[in-house]
Amino acid sequence: MILAVESVSLSFGGVRALQDVSFDVKEHEIRAIIGPNGAGKSSMLNVLNGVYHPQKGKIIFRGREFRDMDPHRAASLGVARTFQNIALFKGMSVLDNVMSGRSLKMRCNFLQQALWVGPARREELEHRRAVEEIIDFLEIQHIRRTPVGRLPYGLQKRVELARALAAEPVLLLLDEPMAGMNLEEKQDMCRFILDVNDHYGTTIVLIEHDMGVVMDISNRVVVLDYGRKIAEGTPDEVRNDQKVIDAYLGVAHT
Amino acid sequence: MDEGIEGLDTFPKLLMHHARVRSERPAIREKDLGIWQTWTWGEFGDEVRALACALAALGVKRGEHFALVGDNRPRLYATMAAVQCLGGIPVPLYQDAVAAEMAFPIQNAGIAIAFAEDQEQVDKLLEIGPQCPTLVRIVYDDPRGMRHYPKDKLVAYDDLLAQGRERLKANATFIDQEIAKGAGSDAAAMFFTSGTTGVAKGVVHTHMSLIGPSRTAAELERLGERDVILAYLPPAWIGQNIFSVAQAYVTGYCISCPESAETVMSDMREIGPTYYFAPPRVLENLLTQVSIRMEDASRVKRWLYRYFMSVASRVGGAILDGKSVSTIDRALYAVGDVLVYGPLRNVLGMSRVKVGYTAGEAIGPDLFKFYRSIGINLKQLYGSTETAVFVCIQPDGQVKPDTVGPAVPGVELKFTPERELVVRSPGLFREYYKNPQATAEVKDADGWFHTGDAGYFDADGHVKIIDRVKDVGSLADATLFAPKYLENKLKFFPYIREAVCFGHGRDRVCAFINIDPDAVGNWAEKRNMPYSGYTDLASRAEVYALVRECIERVNADLATEPEIANSQIHRFLILHKELDADDGELTRTRKVRRRHIAEKYDSLVEALYAGRDSVHVQAQVKYEDGRTGTFSADLKIENASTFAPAAAQRAA
Repeated sequence: MILAVESVSLSFGGVRALQDVSFDVKEHEIRAIIGPNGAGKSSMLNVLNGVYHPQKGKIIFRGREFRDMDPHRAASLGVARTFQNIALFKGMSVLDNVMSGRSLKMRCNFLQQALWVGPARREELEHRRAVEEIIDFLEIQHIRRTPVGRLPYGLQKRVELARALAAEPVLLLLDEPMAGMNLEEKQDMCRFILDVNDHYGTTIVLIEHDMGVVMDISNRVVVLDYGRKIAEGTPDEVRNDQKVIDAYLGVAHT
Repeated sequence: MDEGIEGLDTFPKLLMHHARVRSERPAIREKDLGIWQTWTWGEFGDEVRALACALAALGVKRGEHFALVGDNRPRLYATMAAVQCLGGIPVPLYQDAVAAEMAFPIQNAGIAIAFAEDQEQVDKLLEIGPQCPTLVRIVYDDPRGMRHYPKDKLVAYDDLLAQGRERLKANATFIDQEIAKGAGSDAAAMFFTSGTTGVAKGVVHTHMSLIGPSRTAAELERLGERDVILAYLPPAWIGQNIFSVAQAYVTGYCISCPESAETVMSDMREIGPTYYFAPPRVLENLLTQVSIRMEDASRVKRWLYRYFMSVASRVGGAILDGKSVSTIDRALYAVGDVLVYGPLRNVLGMSRVKVGYTAGEAIGPDLFKFYRSIGINLKQLYGSTETAVFVCIQPDGQVKPDTVGPAVPGVELKFTPERELVVRSPGLFREYYKNPQATAEVKDADGWFHTGDAGYFDADGHVKIIDRVKDVGSLADATLFAPKYLENKLKFFPYIREAVCFGHGRDRVCAFINIDPDAVGNWAEKRNMPYSGYTDLASRAEVYALVRECIERVNADLATEPEIANSQIHRFLILHKELDADDGELTRTRKVRRRHIAEKYDSLVEALYAGRDSVHVQAQVKYEDGRTGTFSADLKIENASTFAPAAAQRAA
């Protein structure tokens, strides 16, 4: 068990975004959170990496209990994430963007880095090597020097994944990694997510709209609807759950 | 050339020679993790010896075949050399071939062991496993994604190499004895022809049939250990093998493997090869990119480019050939060299190129002149898989755009009455594997190889190739019709990617056109023309007008050449899809398969000749992700103006 969420409730004024949600994530698994629009998926992810602070409940991450998280602590504990609407530095090259993912791992101070002497230089070489391995892994060598703003959407998503991986996370949160992609880009992304999970052993929590994709790549699924957990289990179990079918397709009111 | 190297008659012997004589010189480079990694000849030789020991234990035997599937990688070349050390015969296969295409060579040669670069290639080999029961072992290089694969068939290169090092330590003389057993007349490698027609055939070459011509050509061009090439074409193609194995082993030069197929351009700029080969298609794409970028440049730069390119096209070629040029022109050219040609060569990664070859198909004269005019010593080469490439080379100073040059020393040439070129040379292949009938069809009792190409000697004894013998046809009025000649003329325009001309036995010539999506897309963008994709763009009236203009310029040009003035293009249509090797319309080396296209699109051809102004098409299209769909639309057919032949004009 790497992460457990216990009875988390989150509200914004009168809007109850999450109500008493509990689930857990096992080491090395791919865990999907699905649900219709407004179900509270992104809120859940934001609770996990400390952007939102739940009013009730607790988070247990690698045996330590937290009332809530804050983003900096989450990052230093090894939680990395990507965003639904791509949050990269558009004017910077792919290489620099991915490099920025390692900033928490850099030990040299500002002055040493500015002068690029002794340890700073050694450090940069080490980090560059790690970054190059990720670039190789995600097959983005050809755009290494290209400013991110000039890349097509699918590649930007991949660069964002690269940056998250650069932090060598133990837990990777992916917020709709396949939104807005065409079929081929989706297939590529699926392959990369599976490869990351397999090669680095990274535990992955992902939110996704595309049911097909979720069912293909995740080990277990949590289904949210109106802030409540309505189902949980393997993709097959969830697919055949009457409550899930109702939530997605709607129910006739009698 | 090194002393004593002439006596070495096999690749492993040559390799071990370089490992001794120039152990510290670079043999092979690969860009990995963003940095160029170098293997010296010494290191490369060591790796090959160790690997060979392990391969022997794995079951590689003298005289048996060994498949290799992958991109240009040092480990692929090391495996190839290790197999040759043991007397095995490497069979490189096209890495972008689909699984089904790989089955035939493996069955044909009864291959037991294969090398695969990565998961993608392993998957293909495993997929055809049931059809290829002989294939029992796959050596893979990149372990990524393969953790959960069944281990019974697969062996990791790293493990194999470690085993090999142990074995080499235990018994260092075994491998030297194996190398010594090899003879120049043994089979060295087998290449499957791309198969423009019919089934692929395995072309068997001996060590000496590859080494001999490679050595002659290297001496002709004065290549040495300081030269550098970029290995970026498929290793399964004999040309790549000649440039990245045979000639490297003959001269000791360094080959460089790009990081990935997408990075070739920037890798080439970093490496700055001195010896370069590119098929016309690559040169064409490079020029298209340059033209597109120039259109986006500022007005001053555009003017400079136009002005100095006109200077270059007037005198550049002559300066390169060492002919006399006026002092003013020389001075202008020198200024242009600083402002335009030098930077352009640098952008193309050709600043250090001392010899560049192009071959594979005829090159458009204007395209050819462009490269020579900016100071790149690009020359034409003629040869084929069966002749180990080198048949004709244009010597420095005697370069003509429309010929391929005289015979390489040691090669005998003549034309049959049917105008077919036949060749006798030390580089001729031994046979087509297990296909004596096919061998007998092309290689006669006196050892003459029938190339299937039609042409003639020009006044200087240079060979001029017009087309394949079987493709040269005649129009209904019995005048000469050489479709490839016309298509090449069309393809020189950046807007036209591919053309297919019809006319044999007909009263006039008609053509299918494929537009270049990059160039035309850019052109459309400039005019604020929105379009949804290739098919939409190809059907626009504006694009039709653009293509018609290109065709009419070709027609005007043809009108000046009396023999072929009648083959001006009367009608054309723009195809709704790009011709694709996956649909069998192009060969893997991207040559047009004209007959196949004519059959596949027979209704379009009929519509062209029936004089209709549109034709309905319904086609199965295969999307890149593997799905298939149907497409149906009306294709427009338009007429192009033709011109009276020059002779007739003069008479009038």
